Amino acid sequence: MSTEEKKNEAGYGTTGHVWDGLEEWNNPLPRWWVWTFYATCLWGLIYTIAYPAWPLVDRATAGFLGYSTRAEVAEQIAEVDAQNADLRTALAEADLTMISDNADLQNYAVQGGAAVFRANCSQCHGSGAAGVQAAGYPNLLDDDWLWGGTIDEIAYTITHGIRNEQSPDSHWSEMPAYGRDEILGEDEIGQVVHYVLQISGQEHDAAKATPGAELFLNECSGCHMENGMGDPTQGAPNLTDAIWLYGGTEETLTETITNARFGVMPAWSEEWRAAGGLDQAEINAVAAYVHQLGGGQ
Amino acid sequence: MSSSETPSLYAAREPVFPRRVSGKFRTGKWAIMAITLGIYYLSPWIRWDRGPNLPDQAILVDLANRRFFFFWIEIWPHEFYFIAGLLIMAGLGLFLFTSAMGRVWCGYACPQTVWTDLFILTERWIEGDRNARVKLWKAKWDIRKIRLRISKWLVWALIGLATGGAWVFYFTDAPALAVNLITGDAHPIAYTTMAVLALTTVLFGGFAREQVCIYMCPWPRIQAAMMDEDTITIGYRDWRGEPRGKHRKAAGAEALGDCIDCNACVNVCPMGIDIRDGQQLACITCGLCIDACDDVMDKIGKPRGLVDYLALTDETREREGQPPRPVWKHVMRPRTILYTALWSLVGVALVVALFIRQDIDVTVAPIRNPVFVTLSDGTIRNTYDLRLRNKHGEDRPFRISVKGDPALRIQLEGTPYEAVDVPADETKLQRVYVLSPRGSVPAILDRTEIRFWVEDLASGDRVYKDSVFNGTGP
Repeated sequence: MSTEEKKNEAGYGTTGHVWDGLEEWNNPLPRWWVWTFYATCLWGLIYTIAYPAWPLVDRATAGFLGYSTRAEVAEQIAEVDAQNADLRTALAEADLTMISDNADLQNYAVQGGAAVFRANCSQCHGSGAAGVQAAGYPNLLDDDWLWGGTIDEIAYTITHGIRNEQSPDSHWSEMPAYGRDEILGEDEIGQVVHYVLQISGQEHDAAKATPGAELFLNECSGCHMENGMGDPTQGAPNLTDAIWLYGGTEETLTETITNARFGVMPAWSEEWRAAGGLDQAEINAVAAYVHQLGGGQ
Repeated sequence: MSSSETPSLYAAREPVFPRRVSGKFRTGKWAIMAITLGIYYLSPWIRWDRGPNLPDQAILVDLANRRFFFFWIEIWPHEFYFIAGLLIMAGLGLFLFTSAMGRVWCGYACPQTVWTDLFILTERWIEGDRNARVKLWKAKWDIRKIRLRISKWLVWALIGLATGGAWVFYFTDAPALAVNLITGDAHPIAYTTMAVLALTTVLFGGFAREQVCIYMCPWPRIQAAMMDEDTITIGYRDWRGEPRGKHRKAAGAEALGDCIDCNACVNVCPMGIDIRDGQQLACITCGLCIDACDDVMDKIGKPRGLVDYLALTDETREREGQPPRPVWKHVMRPRTILYTALWSLVGVALVVALFIRQDIDVTVAPIRNPVFVTLSDGTIRNTYDLRLRNKHGEDRPFRISVKGDPALRIQLEGTPYEAVDVPADETKLQRVYVLSPRGSVPAILDRTEIRFWVEDLASGDRVYKDSVFNGTGP
């Protein structure tokens, strides 16, 4: 081959590759380049011995430096916690209504509360705190509160929960199952339903609503009050507003009055829970978070 | 080919000992070196008063606070397109200069060239010119050689340290950092950066030199695509110089060309090549061979320009005895005009963008989980996260309003007012509620286009962002 016979001054031939008449010389690599390559190989080898690297069946080699990204993260978290120790103490001891006056404390409480909420509360109330109406999980964004919407009342609800056996001080009220327990007949329930539709400003049958008013006064006003506006001290919802825990249609109201509802919420204070409870700082944080979502009073 | 004939696969570096040369290109290169190194070393020390809340360093890359300061210009991270635009301009400028005048960047302005030049200069001061350096290189290691080598490396180390030192000054307040560096209180990252840059500067400028250009840099490969036969580049007029010969008084000397084969062009070349071999990858077109050859031509009474800037198209013309075309005819080509036009277009766009940008800014992120909330009186409420940017050096009150439907009302989280104070040179996150009463048009529509207006109450500047209000739908 002619290409093999062709040589330059240093004695190097061509590779035989030709593009558009341009031939590729088979020139040598610079020696330092080769040594650099060996050096990087050596570096790679040392690195994989020094740091976690080679995958085994159930873990990877640990590396003789004992470095671990997980330990580093834990260290950084501990560092941040140490920096925030004063804030955390201040939060645990804070008068809840005063938190928002201190911008640093408010920011710490809301950010921390958001994290606590996502981990513990979002399973029922949703990650956006909008609740689930079909399942009776309250929306925490609106201005309607079953047990009160001041920050202190929110913190109490979180601490003790609702209708649970954990805390002796949990909120407790129980609506009778008017249909199931045969307190009212089917027709009477229908009349009450139409009265409730009337006072909440919805389409209703006036012929049913008028006797329904009488029944409501006798059976329901003890908790929901004569005007139907409810009583937060008993957890009795306001029936005249636009917000319904389970829904405000004729069908859902009939179901509610017939079989009653019994929504529960755990007590979150570590005082009432063997495991997974929240300490005072966490309860205050999540209360501050929920309070500033747009509906706090 | 048998294995015995195969030379080694690896080649050791051939040391290059460039001889001192003087001439117009050398003078120009000294000037460029003084200007570029001057800018590099001195600009972090320029002060620029921006008021009490902002740094007073004219050029500062403030990574911790994510700000870039350049005299009166302040760039925030969301304005990174200015940097992108400058990079595009740099790219187009490189295309323009390469297609017009070959590797002028490589020969004159590239940091590798400038620093290598500086290292060769200090080497010459300490060890002497080419012949002395060759002799020293061949000499045994005695006291003198050790003394010279150590003093050279020491000077190189100082230059490297100054290079890395100047670099870190761009990222934090230079006078404060200078004090901290000396007292040992500077951040470890500052010392590490200095050490790494000092090491690479000495390695690349002192030891690797032309190896960086030939083997490490991608630009010599790319530039071939940028050049054509009209590109002005450095070449050897072999039709005038050949056949070359030293012995002018020997018989038959009148048949020789102008090249006296003195090797002056080879001896001054920092790349260690022979320009008489023609255009080649290793040539950075620094022009020193032109200076060297012109000097020799003057001495032997021949015209200058045996080695010269010339275009390939001129070669054929000159061989036929015609004069070369004027330089402007080579430079003014469709592609160079196009590159210039594109370069100017990007430049003008950046300047316009710089002047029309506002000192306040807002972005709107609607909360979509849930898209709306029904309040007890039936009002439909949407929530938006507004990020309010105040680029001024002092706190400013921003008033927020919403347009789109007369029924819409606005409410800010945490304050009963419609205005909030945004701290100096900061972004404030403000949650904003927009409310539409029960039965109003936006409440019962699926979507309503709305516009948030933000007004800087101190200056009257206004900016807006469009968004959407979600209702219950029909």
